[in-house]
Amino acid sequence: MDFISILSIFVLACFVGYFVVWGVTPALHTPLMSVTNAISSVIIVGALIAAAAAGAPGAKWLGLLAVVLASVNIFGGFAVTARMLAMYKKKERR
Amino acid sequence: MHEGAAVPAWAMLAYLVSGVCFILALRGLSSPESARRGNRFGIAGMVLAVVTTLVVHVPYLADQEPVTVAAKWHDVEWTVLAEILAAIAVGAAIGVVTARRIAMTAMPQLVAAFHSLVGLAAVLVAAAAYINPSAFGIADRVVFSITYLTEHPPVTTSSILWNIHRISRVEMGLGAAIGAITFSGSVIAFLKLNGNMSGKPILLPGRHVINLGTLAAILGLIAYFTTDQAPWVFFTAVALSFAIGFLLIIPIGGADMPVVVSMLNSYSGWAAAAMGFTLHNTAMIVTGALVGSSGAILSYIMCRAMNRSFISVIAGGFGGDAVAAGGGAAIDRPWKRGSAEDAAFLMSQAEQVIIVPGYGMAVAQAQHALREMADVLKKEGVTVRYAIHPVAGRMPGHMNVLLAEANVPYDEVFELEDINSEFARTDVAFVIGANDVTNPAAKTDKSSPIYGMPVLDVEKAKTVLFVKRSMGGVGYAGVDNELFYRDNTMMLLADAKKMVEEIVKALG
Repeated sequence: MDFISILSIFVLACFVGYFVVWGVTPALHTPLMSVTNAISSVIIVGALIAAAAAGAPGAKWLGLLAVVLASVNIFGGFAVTARMLAMYKKKERR
Repeated sequence: MHEGAAVPAWAMLAYLVSGVCFILALRGLSSPESARRGNRFGIAGMVLAVVTTLVVHVPYLADQEPVTVAAKWHDVEWTVLAEILAAIAVGAAIGVVTARRIAMTAMPQLVAAFHSLVGLAAVLVAAAAYINPSAFGIADRVVFSITYLTEHPPVTTSSILWNIHRISRVEMGLGAAIGAITFSGSVIAFLKLNGNMSGKPILLPGRHVINLGTLAAILGLIAYFTTDQAPWVFFTAVALSFAIGFLLIIPIGGADMPVVVSMLNSYSGWAAAAMGFTLHNTAMIVTGALVGSSGAILSYIMCRAMNRSFISVIAGGFGGDAVAAGGGAAIDRPWKRGSAEDAAFLMSQAEQVIIVPGYGMAVAQAQHALREMADVLKKEGVTVRYAIHPVAGRMPGHMNVLLAEANVPYDEVFELEDINSEFARTDVAFVIGANDVTNPAAKTDKSSPIYGMPVLDVEKAKTVLFVKRSMGGVGYAGVDNELFYRDNTMMLLADAKKMVEEIVKALG
């Protein structure tokens, strides 16, 4: 992909982000932060590439360390979000 | 033509789908009913991205990718794959255990800690891409051949050098810099929120000059990096970025931490986006843009809720002791003290009660007792609602989570703009652990440091019950509260949890 196509995706995604985030109810702003935190760990993709590549042991170990850090975030972020969301309950109607 | 990572079309599609899953994850948060499904979309997107990457970048024994399927299976370097899976397992164990054990009051610290990990991971990935650019497909192979004609016969030595694409150098430089700022900034935010470090602003002399100078140096180095890919350029820029992250956050006081946490959320997104540009990866770019705008919007909402400009928050110095002066004359003013029995009587006679909780309530662990009190009142036919100020907790939406944890139904909880007009029609406003967000001086007193901040109009209720430990203390912003001395205010001086428990007893 050339730079302009990537930039186009980025700019359009910023607009999508803007509108989607304004649509989030304020009551869920804390889960919003924990879930954005989990998904920003998609940076693990870069870490996996570095860890799997041959030829540069230094880069490989940096990659593996990054895999550990990003995994903490992914599992921790989604788990704590699920834990919070499970607490939100509606009024019991009698 | 670059070598190495030529990503197949199916993988690019998979990354796109994963990006869409992340959009749907945030979309789900528009209501609590759809939010759980949204979280599952997020998990699905992440699994897809990780599996796709592992399949495309299988570690092979041979230098060249094997051609036949059989050879592919045979040549997979299983030890490397095992190492990767072990790394994921280690991270997963730490993450899940932390997520299970963390107290909901400690959520801001946890999020700050998680941000620091994203930041550090971005730095490590950028460094790995710098050391091994061919693996990321961002460099051209240049072969230097030197022929020594002085020898007989002439000897030719050649060395291979990977010349990183200029645009990739900018992208990885920015990714590493933003990642490093996110890391060190989040570490400081964590220490301040966790109480390992005082919430007081630490003001270095000439800090604005130092900060701007460092920022300029980082940008200068990244620009120079495009002409010279020497290690010192890259690593000096990274080191300076670690330093600036630290310098930017230490002058910011505890009161502004909700903005800081949101801002670092935004930075972690931009770091991911910059690395997405380096890797030409749609999932990372989409996620980076989503997270970046999410953090930016939350920072804006927090700033607006405190009537502070983003620039003044960044400049720091607010909160702590700096503005505590000026409340001296207020001590002699008359105020009314009530007991738990008075409070119980007033509320049981009321038609409508609005509870205004603040962070102090969560610190005193009074939320469960408070819900019990509300349950008793509801049984007696009183309408009970909760009013939440955007900065009631230590991070956006924090108070809602704390109430949800205490089994308060979310449809009894209202945001400031939805409930503020209701106070005039309310019999009792029950303020517990909140202070600055109820101060009427924010509307009338131009000399007050919190003037202009949107506040809850609790003084319009027929009676205000204000739970507070003692008359001496001031709120987080360090100002005295007008509300204490009003005719319709009754002060309930005690530990929040004890007071609520006594009220419950008196009601029963």
